[in-house]
Amino acid sequence: MSESLLAPFLEFGFMRRALVGCLVLSVSAPPVGVFLMLRRMSLMSEAMSHAILPGVATGFIVAGLSLPAMTFGGLAAGLVVALLAAAVTRTTMVREDASLAAFYLIALAGGVLLISLRGSQLDLLHILFGNVLALDDGALVLLGGIATVTLVVMAAIFRPLVMECVDPLFLRTVSRAGGPVHFAFLGLVVMNLVGGFQALGTLLAVGLMLLPAVTARFWASDLTGLIPASILAAVVASLSGLALAYHLDLPAGPAIVLAAGGLYVLSLLIGPRGGLAHRLIRRRHLEA
Amino acid sequence: MGDAAVSAALAFRHLTLGYDRHPAVHHLDGTVDRGELLAIVGPNGAGKSTLLKAIVGDVPCLEGAIGRGDGALAYLPQADEIDRTFPLSVLDLVAMGLWSRTGPWRSQGSRRAALAAAIETVGLGGFEGRLIGTLSGGQFQRALFARLIVQDAAVILLDEPFRGIDARTTDDLIRLILRWHGEGRTVLAALHDMAQVRAHFPRTLLLAREAVAWGATAAVLTPANLSRAGRLSEAWDETAAVCGRDDGHGHAHDDAQDTEAQGAEAQGAEAHRHDDRIHAGHGHHHHDHAPARKAG
Repeated sequence: MSESLLAPFLEFGFMRRALVGCLVLSVSAPPVGVFLMLRRMSLMSEAMSHAILPGVATGFIVAGLSLPAMTFGGLAAGLVVALLAAAVTRTTMVREDASLAAFYLIALAGGVLLISLRGSQLDLLHILFGNVLALDDGALVLLGGIATVTLVVMAAIFRPLVMECVDPLFLRTVSRAGGPVHFAFLGLVVMNLVGGFQALGTLLAVGLMLLPAVTARFWASDLTGLIPASILAAVVASLSGLALAYHLDLPAGPAIVLAAGGLYVLSLLIGPRGGLAHRLIRRRHLEA
Repeated sequence: MGDAAVSAALAFRHLTLGYDRHPAVHHLDGTVDRGELLAIVGPNGAGKSTLLKAIVGDVPCLEGAIGRGDGALAYLPQADEIDRTFPLSVLDLVAMGLWSRTGPWRSQGSRRAALAAAIETVGLGGFEGRLIGTLSGGQFQRALFARLIVQDAAVILLDEPFRGIDARTTDDLIRLILRWHGEGRTVLAALHDMAQVRAHFPRTLLLAREAVAWGATAAVLTPANLSRAGRLSEAWDETAAVCGRDDGHGHAHDDAQDTEAQGAEAQGAEAHRHDDRIHAGHGHHHHDHAPARKAG
């Protein structure tokens, strides 16, 4: 079992690169996902991941399948949509989820249109679903950079970020950090989605961010448990997803996300915190 | 602010607060002395919460200004403004109160004893590791009071601290408020229970979008004042006219869309009645309102 799990990585360089890329992503994206989940912004990140597409497409039109151009375009587009949605929410009656939905639909349709103008169906598939088996040095360095920045920024804003989630009014009364912290967090979301797009494509980039976070909810109760549990879930999903893809000749991106999904379903069934199995086995209640 | 501000913890000058230009607090004038224990009472929608939020700076002043003395403010929001589903322990919630001393990065380790003492004081000893989502309403309110203790502020604002709280917890928390009063802190509390106010709060502001009365509790909570406050707060008018009351700064509202929250019949009789606490600073009460209709 462990042999067939590890063999492809020992044998092939491209599998090792894919694994390194996914592991790096597994360290940086799930902690962001944990906060997205706790702030009930899970769907918002899904919307943001689509919002990256027109930027990626513009980079593609300008420079072809060039990583730096598409990355820069994706970052720019993601940040613009995040800021626009926040601005629309603050100045009109439309709630943030509705305005994000509007923006991401426009962005997704526009992005697909842009790519189709210039590229082939294959290019479109590559951008939408990624190509984790073709990660080059530049992509790995980029993923490493994103992970480094994410962890450093998370550590720096951790305390105010938690306060912003629990009691934003309190944070506003003691400090002006609330606004900057919120935008720094949105920046991290966009960065990690762009990182995820290298490996999993724009449509599935959110997979390694949210699924491990939701999975962790069944195993840990507070942040000190949730964040490591989510990272662990993402690592297991990356490893098993890539191995499955190799042995069964499946597309790698969907295999990784499906592996993360499988972990989620498993946790849903047997997780010690709210898992279905633990509801069926009713232990006698305590005296106090 | 003038001389009055020297001993004042808070000073309101021609203060008008509101949402979407409908005033929620209207032309409020007065000062709160240091060390004062003040109850803010009034019907629902009288502007009590709005006033407290404006003092902490969360609601902008439409007109006028709030003067704040030195010293930190601490604010207890209504419990439903806090996301209790977030997996945070009681200790971490209480430790939020350390922000002014530790900021985002400094260690809280050396202040563990203060946190433990505050949690003990509110009667939550042993609950440090419990998640806030598992606390009862009363326990959660005790935890928020522990956070206030840790904040160690000179001015403490409490927004309906006893809503949905049982008698025993209320008694404990009132003792805590009286202790803060004894320590010379300024405490403002928005409250509904008149018996509580009469029993424990020396001074009262009766608010119904404007100050109906402000002074010693016994003089404020008269049947006449209370029924007046009730009438004032019922009058909400979607199509109210621009308030023509001069606020002493010489810029009357000039937009035809501007709104006035009072019914005509209510305000005709109610020119500001200033008791000893309120500066009789602006003696121009000519009202120039179109006949107002009561909203649905």
